[in-house]
Amino acid sequence: MKERTTAKRAGTSRRSFLKTVGVLGGAAALEGTRSWVGPAIVHAQEPIRIGQIVPQTGFLATMGMYGSTGAKIAAEEINEKGGVLGRKIQMIVEDEANPGVAAQKARKLIEKDKVVAITGIVSSASALAVGDEAQRAKTLFINTGANSDEIRGARCHRYVFSVEGSNTQYVSAIATWLLQQPKLKTWYFLTSDYAFGHDLLKVSQKLLQKAGRTQVGSELIPTGTADFSSYLLKLKAAKPDLVFQNLAGTDQTNFLKQFKEFGLESEVAGGVVDTALVWPVGAEALAGHFPLLFWHELKHPGVQEFVAKFKKLANEPPENQGWADYTAIKVLAEVIKKVNSTDSKALIKGLEGHRFESLKGRELWFRDWDHQLMMPMYAVRTKKKGELKDKWDIFEVISEVPTAGQPLDSIAISRAESLCKMEPAD
Amino acid sequence: MTWMALAEYLVNGFVMGTLYVLMAIGLSLIFGMIGVINFCHGILFTLGAYATVVLKDSLGFGPSLVVSPVLVGILGMLVEAVFLRRLYRADPSAGLLLTFGLAMVAEQLVRIIWGTSGLPYNIPQGLSGALPFGAFLYPKYRYFILACAVAIIAGLWWFLEKTPYGMIIRAGSRDGEMVRLLGINLRPIFTFVFGLGSALAAIAGVLMAPVAGVQPAMGTDVGTAAFVVVTIGGLGSFWGAVIAGILVGEVVSLSILIWPPIAQASMYILMAVVLLTRPRGLLGERWEKFE
Repeated sequence: MKERTTAKRAGTSRRSFLKTVGVLGGAAALEGTRSWVGPAIVHAQEPIRIGQIVPQTGFLATMGMYGSTGAKIAAEEINEKGGVLGRKIQMIVEDEANPGVAAQKARKLIEKDKVVAITGIVSSASALAVGDEAQRAKTLFINTGANSDEIRGARCHRYVFSVEGSNTQYVSAIATWLLQQPKLKTWYFLTSDYAFGHDLLKVSQKLLQKAGRTQVGSELIPTGTADFSSYLLKLKAAKPDLVFQNLAGTDQTNFLKQFKEFGLESEVAGGVVDTALVWPVGAEALAGHFPLLFWHELKHPGVQEFVAKFKKLANEPPENQGWADYTAIKVLAEVIKKVNSTDSKALIKGLEGHRFESLKGRELWFRDWDHQLMMPMYAVRTKKKGELKDKWDIFEVISEVPTAGQPLDSIAISRAESLCKMEPAD
Repeated sequence: MTWMALAEYLVNGFVMGTLYVLMAIGLSLIFGMIGVINFCHGILFTLGAYATVVLKDSLGFGPSLVVSPVLVGILGMLVEAVFLRRLYRADPSAGLLLTFGLAMVAEQLVRIIWGTSGLPYNIPQGLSGALPFGAFLYPKYRYFILACAVAIIAGLWWFLEKTPYGMIIRAGSRDGEMVRLLGINLRPIFTFVFGLGSALAAIAGVLMAPVAGVQPAMGTDVGTAAFVVVTIGGLGSFWGAVIAGILVGEVVSLSILIWPPIAQASMYILMAVVLLTRPRGLLGERWEKFE
């Protein structure tokens, strides 16, 4: 009895052993055949992986959702048409957290996930860190959310492209309107105390000088400040004609909210504004003029469809970040197709020469010496109480900057002024 | 700097101070009574804020102001009865670790349920805008915060001083063994005190919600500040918590006026100064069980 059971067990295990060997052997043989038949067949199965690093925690987290949704829509549109080079796009999303973590995530995406490119990043401090990492790893990084001039300037890199506007472009967008307001003589600056804020303050103070106005105060505010009451009391004492806010993330939202609360009477303008930060404020009681990267009520071709898709996924319309991440994936796919490769070196050359459209009605392109996207921006004003048609409709576009006749690079920093010296092409 | 302008800063510091007081009293009560350092105080603040945002649409602003702290208080009582109670005989650090762990779990749950970027919540129409007193201009809503906080602190004092239940709580904090020997069962009182402390943290969250927005990490800074206030005021002292809370509020407000970069560190500098001169805190008493 015992021997028979034992023999049976041995038999089963031998059979299963042979099965396993057979399967492994078969797979090994197939592996060999695959590489022998050629890379085309292998790649036909493998998706094109794109890494996206967005803020999901911290004071910039508001923008994360819009960024990941925008990229998702672009990836879906591309995959519905069959993907790129016969391969589907696969987004891998990570939390930006802080510069150290962002750089680690970038490294992980490049080395472990073998992404074709990294997109995203909102914090300028993190963008500088990830840019350095991308250059070191010789992998393309398309910055979609970080504004510091430094990223396209003193610390520009060959492997870094920016779809997001630079601080200079944003301030230029609101400059025309500001220069036309002679009554706004005294300005008070409120700036987020980190890389982005310091950079933006420099640019906005340049504008102050150009406009011949006077600075009556300037405060650096730590990121993540919940209560602005003491700063607002200082502001009240200074009685400026204009409050120029260079704040980021929820700090911008809280400041605008509390500004309303305190019933202050200065005009408000901003260096860099994302509509997502102003929606929670309920802009009606705010007399503000701001620059935007994108506005969902624009009448350009493709905007309505994009907004509809976005609203369906997120229950909200897209803003700066939604447009930027959407555009980054779109243009990346176009260039992969154009150069018929996913190699970063080829993609860089492809992006530098590429002219394309993306919901702005004018042809966009990347400058080859600083890799900044040349595009129109929008100067907007907050609508008054009766003018809104729904809770998202808080702004009215007062002008497209630069206007239709002028070249797109007129609002960006000139080559003479820029500190960008890129690594040579390899 | 006119007197009027200085007065605005002092009033503002006082108002923010009362929120610190609410947080600190809760913390102090819990530590005094139960002996647990409650690291989840910050997340209770956050839960109070989220509760009021969620309830505002169905209950309206006023009722949600009252119901939210009650709900969080009940949650606190459940936490004490189900988790903390088991650890009273264990190592003192066990309770600390538990509350710390609960805080992390709760914060992630908030992220999962309500998203990472926070919920919009605005000051109700009736309370928005500012109320001028001559040159003195201050937001209506902050007067409201002040009024609520003062009422709650006064009510709490009356409860602890003038009611038998309050007396039991004070006695139980001082000498639990003696109270037990007198035939009073302290277990339900522990549960109640933890619930009360939680509710106080939640009220601070509810009041602060329209000011600074509601997002998952909103309680961390306030939670840390509460510990600083309790240390400055003296563990287990009611008036110590009140005075220290107001003091910290004023110090932060005035440091923004004088030299903003030091504002965030100012409360810690104050704590260091107090501990060097009066190690037991401003009004800390000699309690045998802490010696």
